[in-house]
Amino acid sequence: MLDTQELSFEQAYAELDNIVRQLDDGLLPLDQSVTLFERGRQLAAYCQSLLDSAELRVQQLSE
Amino acid sequence: MHILIEAEIVYSPHSQANGQPERVNELVDELFALPQTFTVTSLNEYIADVFDMDETLADVWVEGEVSNFRKYESGHCYFTLKDEDAQIKGVIWRSASARVGELPDDGDKVRVHGRVSTYPQRGEYQIIVDRVRPLGVGDLYQRFEELKQKLSDEGLFDVERKRELPAYPRAIGIVTSADAAAFQDVQNVLRRRYPIVEIVLAPCLVQGDLAPPMIVDSIERLNGYALAGKTLDVILVCRGGGSIEDLWAFNDERVARAIYASRLPVISGVGHETDFTIADFAADVRAPTPSAAAELLTPDIADLLADVKQLKDALALTMTRQISATRERLDGQTRTLSRLSPQSQLDRLRLRLDEWNERLVIQQKGRIAILRERMAGRITALNAANPTAILDRGYALVLHSDTGERVTRAAGTKPGEAITLRLADGEIAARVEDKDTHARYPRTLF
Repeated sequence: MLDTQELSFEQAYAELDNIVRQLDDGLLPLDQSVTLFERGRQLAAYCQSLLDSAELRVQQLSE
Repeated sequence: MHILIEAEIVYSPHSQANGQPERVNELVDELFALPQTFTVTSLNEYIADVFDMDETLADVWVEGEVSNFRKYESGHCYFTLKDEDAQIKGVIWRSASARVGELPDDGDKVRVHGRVSTYPQRGEYQIIVDRVRPLGVGDLYQRFEELKQKLSDEGLFDVERKRELPAYPRAIGIVTSADAAAFQDVQNVLRRRYPIVEIVLAPCLVQGDLAPPMIVDSIERLNGYALAGKTLDVILVCRGGGSIEDLWAFNDERVARAIYASRLPVISGVGHETDFTIADFAADVRAPTPSAAAELLTPDIADLLADVKQLKDALALTMTRQISATRERLDGQTRTLSRLSPQSQLDRLRLRLDEWNERLVIQQKGRIAILRERMAGRITALNAANPTAILDRGYALVLHSDTGERVTRAAGTKPGEAITLRLADGEIAARVEDKDTHARYPRTLF
């Protein structure tokens, strides 16, 4: 699993979605669920901070 | 209008030719069968007929420069159309003014379409205009249609080859003029909606003859940038609104081909909602305006935040649910466990033991009761069979003195043997003197 900081928004969001789905199915043993839940919370916090702090970056292609 | 008639004087047998000019005039008149003299009205009417019957004049296109254009209160428009050497009056009836096209200004070079007719009362003719086109635009429309058909036939616009735009672009390449309002609009939209995206601007001219090669170059350079491994997911080609001439660079064949050849998907946002350029057809997606393009490219951050929040909540909810479910299972197991524990087994056995005890006791009591009853019965029977009762009736029990055993038969005794006679009130010691075993006593049969 990649460190959350290295993920793009899309990747983090997709992983979060996946985790929720897995937990929803409810087929995992409890300790795995707890691990995944922790990861999910991390990802959610990361996504939110990305969105909250983002500033549009504009650069011009050099000649 | 002058009608010149040249004729030879003919020597006619009907006249003494020399010296009779009036008669010649009459002959000439008869020969040409024309009315002798027009009135101004009739002449003008005749001229009107000539114009109205002419096919060419009924359907003309005329190029010229507009001057003295005036719209009257009546709604009709009057103007003059001229070139260097000549001019003609023009009129646009109010009824036609809605569909005629853009009304021209003085000095505009135009192509107009209409019908030439006369104004008999004034002896003037004019062109009654039903269509006005800026000069050269007709050309442009035609070239546009031709190029569009040509490229369409080649397959440049095929729907199958159109690529999907990325849902969460990390970087957007923008092809437009850096100073243009369009670029500002796009930045504003992106900043509001999706500030986590990066913009890479490849500036170019967006109008004029120098624009198409620059647009092509920008598209190619952005592709090169992506190919070099830099992050770039999509290209946005845009410019603000304008006339067909202003937007003409985006109808250039070279631009269309560059868009088609781009490895990165291209979205176009050129002009206003009703403007369609060749670039729009070649692009993977067409947006009505630059701002609309920026919106199409990106998700709204507000939606994303809401989605992330929803996922967070869902996460917490499923976690809680799973924990509850597990706890319930645990409780169930605990209950089962305690049910199966040695302690409870003991308790259960103890209970059973008590039960058995109870039943046993009840049974025993029952048994004892029965036994007692039987005992009582036996005692009664026993009493009834009590031999001492017999004694009370006066009988004697005979016993061998030495053994104490009863003598039931006389034959069982020996003469001289000591015997004891037991009676109700005591005993008598006696001796056998003589016996007779043949004596028999009647017995009562029951």
